[in-house]
Amino acid sequence: MPKTIIEKIWNEHVVDQQEGAPAILAIDLHLVHEVTSPQAFTGLRARGLKVRRPDRTVATADHSIPTTPRNLPIADEMAAAQVKQLEANCAEFGVPLHGWESPNQGIVHVIGPELGLTQPGATIVCGDSHTATHGAFGALAFGIGTSEVEMVLATQCLLQRKPKTYLVRVDGTLRPGVSAKDIILALIARIGVGGGTGHVFEYAGSAIRDLSMEERMTICNMSIEGGARAGLVAPDETTFAYLKGRPHAPQGADWEAAVARWRTLTSDEGATYDKEIVINADTLEPMVTYGTNPGMGLPISGTIPNPADESDPAAARALTRALEYMDLRAGDSIIGRPVNTVFIGSCTNGRISDLRLAANVLKGQTIAKGVRVMVVPGSADVKRQAEREGLDKIFRDAGADWREAGCSMCIAMNGDQLAPGEYAISTSNRNFEGRQGKGGRTFLASPLTAAATALTGVIADPRTLPGMSR
Amino acid sequence: MAAPKVGTFTTGLVPLPAENVDTDQIVPARYLKVIDKAGLADALFHDWRFEADGSKKSPPFVIDEPRYAGHGILVAGDNFGGGSSREHAPWALGAFGIKAILATSFADIFKSNALKNGILPIVLRADLHGTLMQIAKDDLAATVTIELATATLTTPDGAAHAFPIDAFSQKMLLDGLDELDYIRTQGEKILAHETSHPGTINTLQPNAPR
Repeated sequence: MPKTIIEKIWNEHVVDQQEGAPAILAIDLHLVHEVTSPQAFTGLRARGLKVRRPDRTVATADHSIPTTPRNLPIADEMAAAQVKQLEANCAEFGVPLHGWESPNQGIVHVIGPELGLTQPGATIVCGDSHTATHGAFGALAFGIGTSEVEMVLATQCLLQRKPKTYLVRVDGTLRPGVSAKDIILALIARIGVGGGTGHVFEYAGSAIRDLSMEERMTICNMSIEGGARAGLVAPDETTFAYLKGRPHAPQGADWEAAVARWRTLTSDEGATYDKEIVINADTLEPMVTYGTNPGMGLPISGTIPNPADESDPAAARALTRALEYMDLRAGDSIIGRPVNTVFIGSCTNGRISDLRLAANVLKGQTIAKGVRVMVVPGSADVKRQAEREGLDKIFRDAGADWREAGCSMCIAMNGDQLAPGEYAISTSNRNFEGRQGKGGRTFLASPLTAAATALTGVIADPRTLPGMSR
Repeated sequence: MAAPKVGTFTTGLVPLPAENVDTDQIVPARYLKVIDKAGLADALFHDWRFEADGSKKSPPFVIDEPRYAGHGILVAGDNFGGGSSREHAPWALGAFGIKAILATSFADIFKSNALKNGILPIVLRADLHGTLMQIAKDDLAATVTIELATATLTTPDGAAHAFPIDAFSQKMLLDGLDELDYIRTQGEKILAHETSHPGTINTLQPNAPR
C-alpha cells in the first residue's frame, strides 16, 4: 500500500493506539523556550516528576529577550524573570540550555537546524506554532500548547490524532526577484488562513527541489498561517549536504547509516492525499500582504481589493475592517505605500541567506530618510557568520540597525516594536492587528522586497532593482 | 492542578460576529510574560477592550457590556483561534468565565488547547450557528444548555442538537481524568518503543555515537 512520507513517519512513532483514543506518539526532539514553558515545569514539579529525556530536550531564550548588546541587563522586569525562570528550570531538570548569553543562542527554529538536531524522519515539537519550520528537513514538526509541553517533558510522548494530508506541488521555476517567501504567501492567499486546517502539507515539485534548506524553512515555517499544523519537504541530497558535519548530526558510520535510512523517507509512487493543489512558480510575483491576516496578500503589481467586490458578506466585513485598521484604500497600488520601519529577521527569514540577499540590495546604498531599518540575525551563529562576511558593515553603512539575535519585532515582546499607526514592512510571518505593537500596521514580504523598500521608504518591487538576479 | 471536569451547564450567550479571530487578539503577546497564569482575565481581548491608558473602552467591548455579564458561551465566527499556539488564550477565556465557544470551525491548536482546559469548542452547522448568533444579539435572557454526556446543545426553543466531540476528550472531561496520567499508564510500551527506536538525536552530546 503506497504511503506518503507523513504516514511513514507517523507509523514509525506510534507507541500505542487504543480504539477511539488518540495515538501515543513518541517525540524525538522537544524544543523549549522561555514563554511557553514556565507553567509546564511548574506542573512537572507539582507532580513530582522528572524530565524523562533531557537528551531529547533543548532550550533557548528567544521571544522576550532584548536584541540590544548582551552585556546590558534585561530592562523589562517580567522578561528578565521569565528568562531567569527558564534558567532555573533547566538547571533543576537537567535540560541543556543555550541561554541568552550562550554562543549557540538564537530563535529556537533557527538553532535546531544549525546544530544538526533537526533531522529527517523525526517527530519534533515545541510550544510554538512555527515549529512547522523543521518540516523542511522531512521531519513531522508541529506546535503544541503548554499542557502538552508538560506531557512531553514527563513522558517524551504526546497524544495525537493522525492528520490528513495535503499535497502542495510547486512546479516551474522562480523568476528573478521572486523568493521562497512569495511562494508561501501566494499559497495562503489562495487557500486562506483556514485552508489547511486538520492537514499536514507536503511541499513537492521542481520549484521546491530547487530551493536551499533555508528557503525550504521559510516555506514550512508559514504552514501554520495556512491553517496546517505542520508542513514538510521530503529529504534529498540538499538536506544531507546541509546536515553533514553539524555538531549534533550523526558522524562516521552512523552518518552513512542515517543517510541510507533517510533516503527511504519519500512519498511512494501512487500514494494518495486528502487534498492537493498545484502552483506554477513561473507565474509568481513578489507578494505583499495588505491586510490583517497572512492570507490577505497580493502580487506586488496588484491593487488593494474592494469590499464591494466581495460576494460573501462576512468576508466583505472583514476586508472593510482590515482596510480601516491599515488605513488603506481599495483600488490603490500596493507599490508606493509608505513605511516607517523595515524589519529583516524572524524564524521565517532571519538566516544567513536572507541577510545576504538584503545586504546585496543595501550594499553601497543609503536607506531612505526617516525610515528605521532593523536587521536581526536569527541566531548568534548567524550573526557571527554575517560579521565574517562583512554584512553588518553593509547594513550599518546603509543606516540600518544591526542587532543581537532573537524574535524581536516579529512578536514585539521585547521592546522592539511599532508605535500606534506606524507601518512596517516585515520579513516575519504574521500581520495580525497589533502583532508588531499595539496599533502597528504590518506588510509581510520577502527580504528582497523589504530591502528594496528600505531604499525608497515606500513599498518597492525588487524586480526593478538594478542587476536583479537570483 | 486538577484536570478539568465538565458536565452540564446552562448559561447565556455573547455574540462575537468576527471571523478568523486569532490568538494575538485573544491574548496579545505582551501578556505572555507571566510565569504563571495570573492576570489573564484582563488580558482577554485586551486591545479590543481597553484604551492605551488602561481604562475600559467606551462604549465597552461586548464581553464587558453589563447586559452580557455572566454569560458563559461565546458565539464566534469561522476559524476561531488561529495563529499562535499560546495556551494563554483558553486560560484567559476560562479565567473570564467562558465555558464554551460556538463557531463554524476552529483552528487546530486552539481547539486542542481549549479541550485540555475544559472549554468546549463546539462546531455548529452554518444555519444553527446563524440562528444562535442572532439570538445572542437579540435575546439577552436566552440561555443554552450544554450536556457533555450526551454531546447535546439545547437551544432556547427546547430543541436538542447533537454536536461533534471525539469520544476520548468527552470521557476525559466527563470523568475529570488527566491526559498525562493516561499517557503514563502506557509506561512499558513507551520504554519498549524507546529501546527499539534509539534514534540519532542527542541534545547533550555533540558528535557522540549512540
